[in-house]
Amino acid sequence: MRRAVTVTVNGAAHAVEVEVRSTLADLLREDLDLTGTHVGCEHGVCGACTVLMDGVPIRACLLLAVQADGREVRTIEGVAPSPDELHPLQEAFRAKHGLQCGYCTPGIIMSAFAFLEGEPAPSEEAIREMLSGHLCRCTGYHFIVEAVAEAARRLAARGKA
Amino acid sequence: MKPAPFEYVAARDAADAVASLARFGDEAKVLAGGQSLVPMLALRLARPAALVDINGCRDLEGLEESAGTLTVGALARQRDLERWARTRSPLLRDVLASVAHAPIRNRGTAVGNLVHADPASELPALLLCLDGSVTARNAQAERVVRADQLYLAPLTTSLAPAELATSARFALPPEGAGWGFAEVARRHGDFALVGCVAILSLDGAGSTAHARLGFFGVGATPVRSAAGEAVLVGREPTAARRTEAAKAAAAALSPDGDLHASAEYRRKVAAVLAERVLAAAVGRCQEPR
Repeated sequence: MRRAVTVTVNGAAHAVEVEVRSTLADLLREDLDLTGTHVGCEHGVCGACTVLMDGVPIRACLLLAVQADGREVRTIEGVAPSPDELHPLQEAFRAKHGLQCGYCTPGIIMSAFAFLEGEPAPSEEAIREMLSGHLCRCTGYHFIVEAVAEAARRLAARGKA
Repeated sequence: MKPAPFEYVAARDAADAVASLARFGDEAKVLAGGQSLVPMLALRLARPAALVDINGCRDLEGLEESAGTLTVGALARQRDLERWARTRSPLLRDVLASVAHAPIRNRGTAVGNLVHADPASELPALLLCLDGSVTARNAQAERVVRADQLYLAPLTTSLAPAELATSARFALPPEGAGWGFAEVARRHGDFALVGCVAILSLDGAGSTAHARLGFFGVGATPVRSAAGEAVLVGREPTAARRTEAAKAAAAALSPDGDLHASAEYRRKVAAVLAERVLAAAVGRCQEPR
């Protein structure tokens, strides 16, 4: 069974026909070739596929593609302001080596993006709690915690400038 | 990790949804937040012939507090409840902070969590302890199912396949009541190995006027402990009596053992958590307001 879906991704509208059992992660990766959204566990646990839908972080593997009809989605490809400039969050991850194996980084960035909007000066505890939704396969996460804290500082400095 | 094929129906409103459910007999599942259902589809633990998506049903939205009762529509996300709880109910705020993670709570609905009936889930135990109920309807009629008549077995409620849970109601704790909540999980946001919730209120003489003690993760369904509550009601909830209540409650449980925790471990942890949440509840009763 197939359905027509219109979805806005990173500001561009797309009309695609999807299998109703496919997920938003499938739509992004298979139909739109936006492979920055990674799929790890495909049942909502690892958080690698997290994207923003109407500004709110969700698991792209747990939303049917048909349910994204009429919605606005932002993926990791839509975070940097231009092809040769990184977002402060991405800069902070680079500066603090906040990647580890890097597989689940796109999901972490998307969650952190929404998290820092709501909590611009988070405590380390709050950062760790946010990251607990992104425990994929690595361990440690210390540099990732530092990267999110650094991103908060950079965003605050930019806000003041 | 892909769901088996199914027919997808986007319901316009609750009446349309129950008409679709009736059409598919017991072959359809309701899709609300999808945070439990979609993993089950992906793992092919569920292979329904049809999904009835209620996300477009405006008449199932809403979250309303009135005269000490909180009514939560089938489409209220756990995140909506969390936002409400921040200013209105520290008990619900604490409980919801332990339900999965923000991206899951952004989609997952409170009512969906309640009727998914995972025995290790927090909200069903809370529904029991807050004398709650779920309102359900089929194509013909609507009925109210009390929490203590809702949970039959793991992932199994007394709702019929053709019934749609349209809302849930929680009776908020009485004025001046204290509460406690604690769980042990492998990682923050995981399903609890054992969890416990208590609500207590005292009369003028310092005796327990109202007691609720509930557990999750310790058996086939969430449990309210009559044995534990009976030790407390009508008496002063001293430390010794709280220990007695916790022991009586744990002794009456029949937890299962699994890969993560043996039955014996769960029973021991249940007693420890019960003591802690009862102490917290008593402390909060005595806090000046």
